[in-house]
Amino acid sequence: MSLTRADIENIARLARLQLTEAEIPVYVDSLSRIFAFVGELDRAPTAGISPMAHPLPGLAQRLRADAVSETDHRDRYQQNAPKVEAGLYVVPKVIE
Amino acid sequence: MSAPAATVAALAKGLAAGDFSSVELTRSYLDRIQAAQPGLNAFITVTAEAALAEAAAADAARAAGKAGALTGVPLAHKDIFCTEGVLTTCGSKMLSNFVSPYDATVVSGLRRSGTVMLGKLNMDEFAMGSSNETSYFGPVRNPWNPAMVPGGSSGGSAAAVAARIVPAATATDTGGSIRQPAALCGVTGIKPTYGRVSRYGMIAFASSLDQAGLITVSAEDAALLLGPMSGFDPKDSTSVESPVPDYTRTLGDSLEGMTIGIVKEFFDKGLDAECESRIRDAMRVYEKLGAKFREVSCPNLPLSVPTYYVVAPAECSSNLARFDGVRFGYRCESPKNLTDLYMRSRGEGFGAEVKRRIMTGTYVLSAGYYDAYYLKAQRVRQLISADFARAFGEVDLLLGPTSPTPAFAIGAKCDDPITMYLNDIYTIGANLAGLPGMSLPCGFVGGLPVGLQLIGPHFSEARMLNAAHRYQLETDWHLQVPAAFA
Repeated sequence: MSLTRADIENIARLARLQLTEAEIPVYVDSLSRIFAFVGELDRAPTAGISPMAHPLPGLAQRLRADAVSETDHRDRYQQNAPKVEAGLYVVPKVIE
Repeated sequence: MSAPAATVAALAKGLAAGDFSSVELTRSYLDRIQAAQPGLNAFITVTAEAALAEAAAADAARAAGKAGALTGVPLAHKDIFCTEGVLTTCGSKMLSNFVSPYDATVVSGLRRSGTVMLGKLNMDEFAMGSSNETSYFGPVRNPWNPAMVPGGSSGGSAAAVAARIVPAATATDTGGSIRQPAALCGVTGIKPTYGRVSRYGMIAFASSLDQAGLITVSAEDAALLLGPMSGFDPKDSTSVESPVPDYTRTLGDSLEGMTIGIVKEFFDKGLDAECESRIRDAMRVYEKLGAKFREVSCPNLPLSVPTYYVVAPAECSSNLARFDGVRFGYRCESPKNLTDLYMRSRGEGFGAEVKRRIMTGTYVLSAGYYDAYYLKAQRVRQLISADFARAFGEVDLLLGPTSPTPAFAIGAKCDDPITMYLNDIYTIGANLAGLPGMSLPCGFVGGLPVGLQLIGPHFSEARMLNAAHRYQLETDWHLQVPAAFA
């Protein structure tokens, strides 16, 4: 399977990844090769087989009660934030 | 106290007997780390001061009669595990400034058992790689030959244990990231059953495949350390509520009557002939120990690599969506608007392989392709799991190679992702099926170590460690130390 430059630009936009001009042809080539390789799956006999939903047979995702279990760690967590003001995360203006 | 020969078991015994203190032991490892770091690059962060403080606390606990089996034993963590107050980078520029506000459950479990943390180990960026060459902090070198890769993604863990600059290390395995570097560095690696060890605080790559484990000198050491890091954790929704056995209790059990399966597909093609002959040698050791062999077939197993390269990137693209340059991690300079902030922070903060996986995953999950790729792969995954389940109806364990070749040269496989991905052809199956697996040193080819892989049914860690330990009582491959570090 062969992907085009437009495909890669579209995928990168969906994934919110800014690619450099030099990166685009590299990913056109390597993703085309990856999709040719995973194309092998087409020949697997999967009629009537349900998709696997959990790695352990018979187990499903556990649920918990929607109860408060944590105390407020905002100040501590915000020490890792690139930009904070008055306890708020700062991003560029969203509404003009 | 000679560091090169030391196993966790021997060090624990020495500490208990008062042959040396934890401070002395920790200092000797810190010296070895410092000497080896320029050549190996196994560490991202060395926490010398905190380690000595923890060691002093361990010595004080021992003096007060409060020591446990592992009190004062030093180890290091793969830099994928969150460690409170310590830089936790996951091998990425994206997290190169991230100081974790909390400990992963694995880290707190081992801390509670009294172990001393020496620092954080290098790894492929976000655990995506089989050679440790994708790390933002530079490649790790193989202690057996510095021109060679140590394997990946837990390359720092494997190289550090092989060079005996740490007695043991934590690691993680999504498609072979514990077993393959263990094989390439000549050390012991265990990936437990999915759900056995909590994933809380372990930076997520592919959540249905990721599992924490260990890289150690011996199976006995793995048995000592696995207990404290295992068990139910309400903070991980896929953690399994099942009691943790004492893995050391059954290590010496007889293998008489054990049936070991040889997976036909593991020996079909692609396996280096010299490596195969080392695996056959290991089979003879098991025969001597009373095990019987039976050939089994897992006909869908050859599809495990393409299956993985749909499922893992899909989960990776979802998991890594959290890195948005807003709440933590790298942010680009002077963003024009919010979209620019997202796109440039991610474009600049992630390395080439991580971006490749995110885009692969984004594509297979996108409208119109989801059924053809993602659901198809999850169906094949079901077939692969069924193959294993059928095999375990006939045999107790499976045995085969860990990796198709010994370590390859740094730079040799960087240009072709498919060639790189095929390194994990023998290990990925266990991840897809959630099974536990191990790699044990079983000889050398051209001066480079070869790994023997064991795969067991779900929650068979005790039996697998038993089989590994008995093999290591008959052989000394696991005790070989690279000449430069002896």
